[in-house]
Amino acid sequence: MEPALVVVGASAGGLRALQLLVAGLSTDWPMALAIVQHRSRESQALCELLQDVSALPVTEVNDKEEIAVGQVYLAPPDYHLLVEDEHFFSLSVDAPERWSRPSIDVLFESAADAFGDRAVGVVLTGANSDGAGGLRRIVDQGGQAVVQDPATAEVRVMPEAARRAVPEACVLPLEAIPGHLANLRGRNRVPCVGGLR
Amino acid sequence: MTLPDAPTTYGAEVERLEIELLLEGIYRHYGFDFRSYAYASLKRRLWKRIHADGLSTVSALQERVLHDAQVMERLLLDLSVNVTAMYRDPTFYRAFREKAVPLLRTYPFVRLWHAGCSTGEEVFSMAILLEEEGLYERARIYATDINELVLRQAKTGIFPLEKMQDYTQSYVRAGGKRSFSEYYTAGYDGAIFNTSLLRNVVFAQHNLVTDRSFAEFNVILCRNVMIYFDRELQNRVHGLFYSSLSNFGLLALGSKESIRFTGYEDRYEPLDATEKIYRRIG
Ligand SMILES: C[S@@+](CC[C@H](N)C(=O)[O-])C[C@H]1O[C@@H](n2cnc3c(N)ncnc32)[C@H](O)[C@@H]1O
Repeated sequence: MEPALVVVGASAGGLRALQLLVAGLSTDWPMALAIVQHRSRESQALCELLQDVSALPVTEVNDKEEIAVGQVYLAPPDYHLLVEDEHFFSLSVDAPERWSRPSIDVLFESAADAFGDRAVGVVLTGANSDGAGGLRRIVDQGGQAVVQDPATAEVRVMPEAARRAVPEACVLPLEAIPGHLANLRGRNRVPCVGGLR
Repeated sequence: MTLPDAPTTYGAEVERLEIELLLEGIYRHYGFDFRSYAYASLKRRLWKRIHADGLSTVSALQERVLHDAQVMERLLLDLSVNVTAMYRDPTFYRAFREKAVPLLRTYPFVRLWHAGCSTGEEVFSMAILLEEEGLYERARIYATDINELVLRQAKTGIFPLEKMQDYTQSYVRAGGKRSFSEYYTAGYDGAIFNTSLLRNVVFAQHNLVTDRSFAEFNVILCRNVMIYFDRELQNRVHGLFYSSLSNFGLLALGSKESIRFTGYEDRYEPLDATEKIYRRIG
């Protein structure tokens, strides 16, 4: 099976949401997961906090690292994370976008271009609109979109912006997102169950 | 909302073709070789420039670039990404102080090469460190970059005043031994660094893609430069570094760059694996 990639963007309030999300994935999950969480340059602890609750290995990406299924990848603080044509990641220290480095849009847009209909974008809680443009692009390139139900988000601005940009996204309460992702198999579409649509 | 990307109606194949033609044109006309740069971020920067100039295709940019050297100069600034800082990654400098400096002390003379030094923040950081460790008098630092404009900036030793608070914190965390403000005076234009810090520094334009090795070094620092290269080009540049290092010489990469994905892993041993400081072993 061709590899497929789930990209996740989270900002304010993201830690709890991300922990819940990765905790719901089991070791036979046939996808790779890449996360951008807005955070300060100094914060190093996120990787461990996620590993504590995850059955899958969680690592901070090194430049030109290959994308492997069954792995959780985290954008390192102060670098943009990008997906190169299908096989590996690259990092950049280009200027922040929408005041953020890493930027969710940068990851999502490059994932859309590299993975097309084998990309899935997930926008979680946050206080800005990063990720909305990238999620739009994922859907335009044939991929799937999931947005956390703003009512279940610690901060609802970011999922609301994503929903406005991608009205066809599957909107799910936080608790239902891990189950939805667990059902993903490559490019196969997963019906939006338990959602608002 | 404008995306710094192609409109989705713009086919990926045509986009790739146009970008390859543009890079080929730049190489043949100006000699700058961006053909093996990592594609995803390069493409992003190109589209930013295209949108900022009110254009809508890569070919339109190509037309301008080939006929106007000033457009090329600006594009060079876009593509070379000169983002840098003093004591970026303080833990790296601390590790360098604690692990590399004791090795360097055993040499009568130390040659260092900052490859891709940008506007010089890294060079000043290192000069200060070596000065504080009593090594600077017997050191010579070669600082190179593809971009002449940033080298000119580096030589002035003037950096934005508003960054000094941040840099002071990093300097302290990097193990700095004095008060950071001893090294500069606040001027009208910014923080003016003591230019005697540059007395053993040589700045020169050098392109890692097309230029050769020019000396043998005890230390090569190339941080956050090769992330812009594709894997194959990274390998080639690692070849250049390997052949430019003395035996047991040190290679320092950016904190998220690993030698693991290159063909040179077994030619080095880690001096500090976390901080990506490696030692050539054969
Ligand atoms: C992001 S900056 C890194 C600056 C500094 N080393 C640091 O880590 O803070 C990348 C630098 O690499 C330079 N560069 C890019 N391509 C290069 C090439 N082919 N040869 C030499 N320098 C290059 C750019 O001009 C830029 O100044």
